[in-house]
Amino acid sequence: MREISAKKIEEAVREMCMDANYNLGEDVVECIKKAKDREDSPTGKAILEDILKNIEIGKNEKLAICQDTGFSVYFVELGEEVKIVDGHYMDAFTEGTRRGYKDGYLRKSIVDDPVISRINTKDNTPPIVYTDIVPGDKIKITMAPKGGGAENMSEVRMLTAAHGIEGVKKFVIERVEKSGGNPCPPVVVGVGIGGTFEKCAMLAKRALFRYPIGSHHPDKKFAEVEEELLEKVNNLGIGPMGLGGRTTALAVHIETFPCHIATMPAAVNINCHAARHKTRVI
Amino acid sequence: MAEIRLQTPLSDESIEKLHIGDKVLLSGVIYTARDAAHKRLVELIKDNKPLPIDIKGQVIYYVGPAPAKPGYAIGPAGPTTSYRMDPYATILHEHGLKASIGKGNRGQEVIEALKKYKGVYLAATGGVAALIAKTIKKAEIVAYEDLGAEAIRRLEVSDFPCIVANDCYGGDLFQEGVKKYKID
Repeated sequence: MREISAKKIEEAVREMCMDANYNLGEDVVECIKKAKDREDSPTGKAILEDILKNIEIGKNEKLAICQDTGFSVYFVELGEEVKIVDGHYMDAFTEGTRRGYKDGYLRKSIVDDPVISRINTKDNTPPIVYTDIVPGDKIKITMAPKGGGAENMSEVRMLTAAHGIEGVKKFVIERVEKSGGNPCPPVVVGVGIGGTFEKCAMLAKRALFRYPIGSHHPDKKFAEVEEELLEKVNNLGIGPMGLGGRTTALAVHIETFPCHIATMPAAVNINCHAARHKTRVI
Repeated sequence: MAEIRLQTPLSDESIEKLHIGDKVLLSGVIYTARDAAHKRLVELIKDNKPLPIDIKGQVIYYVGPAPAKPGYAIGPAGPTTSYRMDPYATILHEHGLKASIGKGNRGQEVIEALKKYKGVYLAATGGVAALIAKTIKKAEIVAYEDLGAEAIRRLEVSDFPCIVANDCYGGDLFQEGVKKYKID
């Protein structure tokens, strides 16, 4: 067994909260630059230029690129030969998040009960931590601050086999069209197909953080659907911030999983152009 | 597409000059409010109680800024999605509000209210929060401090960039813009 201190995880989490909110991934920046060069709408082009200027300010001045510094979501691959010492696993994520959001001047956007009192927890906790146990003696952590505006435009639909791939395409296009300018386009569209009700939502979420942005599903059949959907979504004309243009989405990522003979669930999770995520291996 | 410099507070005459697609550089005092603050403001109006801010001729910016780093007037402060404030917008315009700033399109009820009470909806670019914050010169909490990021702040802005998305003539830039670039 390899011993890893909970304090070390906490420190990594703290740093990742700031890093993810200040520094947008180079793959995403490149993708936005290409979109700006292609954009026909003068308003759309001006918006994409402002987005790129803002990314520079965030990087140079260590400022959050968006005031919505999100729900702190972690995807963890925990090696089965790792033993956590000097503290507890979940506490490391909670404390790391609390300290990262305080020290990084990041917004605290979480309310305690979701309906009745809605009182802000004032430290952006609790985080959401998804852990997969994998072979090995390392911990791989991906931190993603997930903004609320784009999350609100997401949906799970219990389609059936009769809907087929055309039904999935129709669902994705309809979801993006209905979202309009609300999720801060150009968006990243995460699509999950298969599994169960909750599993396909997880697939859609994970699809958002595929690296690099715009890379394809390993199965050629789905890679082709990704390309087709990106073109169709961009033909909707929604454009940057919904004010009209060619760039509605930067990428469409599909993740799939086997499913039950009676079902074909599908989920669409949308991310704004600030497609923030950072990964570290301990 | 005209570029117009506007000074707050806004009059009916200044609103009438604005058309969808106009680029506006806004200067003067504006107020922040989002979900929780709107709920409280509208409850006060319904109970016939005074509001903590005078909204006549005023502009409300839908934003919950991040905390300010030392040396900064305000933290990153980009617009939040406006449709969540749609249920509160009509009554605020009825009581004298002239403009709101946010992102995303508005419902038909708000478009009608802008016509009836002479108002505009201004779209700012979402997710360029650090850039927008540079146009905010001063910020102070004036009500509902307990709401944290959602408290009402009085902002002094200089050349705050936005676009007229809905004017007082029923125009809707979201519909027009998309129509222009849609490929069937």
